[in-house]
Amino acid sequence: MAKIQKTVNTADKKPVYRVKEKPTAKGILATLFFTIISIIFVSPIIIVIINSLKAKTFISLETFELPNEHSYIGLDNYKTAITQYDFIKAVGWTVVITVLSVAAILLFCSMTAWYITRVKNIATKIIYLLCVFSMVIPFQMVMFTLAGTADALHLNTPWGIVIVYLGFGTGLAVFMFCGFIKSIPLEVEEAAMIDGCTPLKTFFRVVIPIMKPTYISVGILEAMWIWNDFLLPYLVLDIKKYKTISIVVQYMKGSYGRVDMGAIMACLVMAIIPVVVFYLCAQKYIIKGVAAGAVKG
Amino acid sequence: MEKTIKRYWPVFLIPTMAAFLIGFIVPFAEGIYLSFCKFTTIRDAEFVGFQNYIDAFKDSTFPDAFKFTTLFAIVTLVLINVLAFLVALALTQKIKGTNIFRTVFFMPNLIGGIVLGYVWQLIFDAIFSKFDTALKLNEVLGFWGLVILVCWQQIGYMMIVYIAGLQAIPEDIQEAAMIDGANRTQRLFRVTIPNMMPSITICTFLTITNSFKLFDQNLALTGGEPLHKTEMLALNIYETFYGRVGYEGVGQAKAVVFFILVVAIGLIQLKITRSKEVQQ
Repeated sequence: MAKIQKTVNTADKKPVYRVKEKPTAKGILATLFFTIISIIFVSPIIIVIINSLKAKTFISLETFELPNEHSYIGLDNYKTAITQYDFIKAVGWTVVITVLSVAAILLFCSMTAWYITRVKNIATKIIYLLCVFSMVIPFQMVMFTLAGTADALHLNTPWGIVIVYLGFGTGLAVFMFCGFIKSIPLEVEEAAMIDGCTPLKTFFRVVIPIMKPTYISVGILEAMWIWNDFLLPYLVLDIKKYKTISIVVQYMKGSYGRVDMGAIMACLVMAIIPVVVFYLCAQKYIIKGVAAGAVKG
Repeated sequence: MEKTIKRYWPVFLIPTMAAFLIGFIVPFAEGIYLSFCKFTTIRDAEFVGFQNYIDAFKDSTFPDAFKFTTLFAIVTLVLINVLAFLVALALTQKIKGTNIFRTVFFMPNLIGGIVLGYVWQLIFDAIFSKFDTALKLNEVLGFWGLVILVCWQQIGYMMIVYIAGLQAIPEDIQEAAMIDGANRTQRLFRVTIPNMMPSITICTFLTITNSFKLFDQNLALTGGEPLHKTEMLALNIYETFYGRVGYEGVGQAKAVVFFILVVAIGLIQLKITRSKEVQQ
């Protein structure tokens, strides 16, 4: 049974009629159905968490069983992962690289995007087209030469790789910023410049505050990419000294003769938990950012 | 105003363009040039013409990887988009808990491909060991393992895009169709889907290019085993570069073919779906 509910929209004081549904049998079934699907959806991660508490020999034998008195070893796997595989250091480098690269991309790409949208000539047109072009290029096309160039310029440190990310992330960022800047009315900036602002002052005082939502969207998309990236840091960084989370996980599984499943489980959990916590805190922005990014793309 | 801004070009352009040059333009141009050379480092390149391209196609793993990738792209294109669209339709109805479900479905997207690959390897190995087999021993299992992994990762993302598209359809169009006597199925195919074409364009574009570029998940889950049979194009190129000695030129030639392929497929796909979009 649906009943018509009268609500008053306070803004214009006009009554709005809305159909308010009571939960139907169908609705309850749908909720139940999606609850089960959701549980199945998160189960792989839960299984990894459970296995991270077991001794390594039990993990491949009793994967789907809860830890018992024989297999349960508490947080030992986490201790191994942190002491033997330097996991905390990897988290630190990943944070440094992600934060610095995203900051650089946001600042410099928004400046470039504003310039090439406001100044119209052949050069800015070419820059825009090159940016769009670079978005579709698969990384394998440039991986060998990029690693060589980065090496020659001594960019193989977490500080240098920021420049590589700024270069490789320019395409998407400039493209998205341009899409937004086109929709800003020129009058605001003109007023600021007539009042005596230099272009730099206009950009920092007027344009940046208006673009705040776009900064969040672009920042989230670029951060998701850089945080999870494997091949670019693997090829560019001097991996004897610096490893990111993805590199450590791949290293443990790939290059070592004896694979310590327990430590791997602990690493997987430690790689997943921060991302999930961040996601739950910034969910609203992440989902908005993804939707906005996709519409522009 | 334009003139005043123009004078400031060094501040606005130089940092980004310098990085863009180092991070993209120079490696890209060098990559094209090196695909015509024999080399082991960038310095000892020696021009050999189209020899690398001929060798690339002679290497049977490359066409095999192409077939595997194409099949994979088609299967995931259909599965991800149909499922994401259905979930988006369901979660825009009045069901309790839609926000929680959206949160859950989107979550795998934020986790890196390498990590996801090893999470699923644990699950698949545990299941298949009960049947005395393994993901790395059977190419069919490897294929479907990758499909499940990628669906699991990307359905949530596409669902978010579809939900945004569904919410952008003005309600009066739906109401008008209802008053004209259109039933549920008719409304879905005649009203909802035509108005959703921009979202469908984006999602199909993303799923196809994502599948063709897939690397991390492939490396972590199957590593191309057994015998390169589950190797996709990106991994095949990587293996040619770093897995064999003296094949750098062939790897670079493969990479150029791969890049042209990705651009061509992207353009064709955009052309097809764009032509079906309607003006609101």
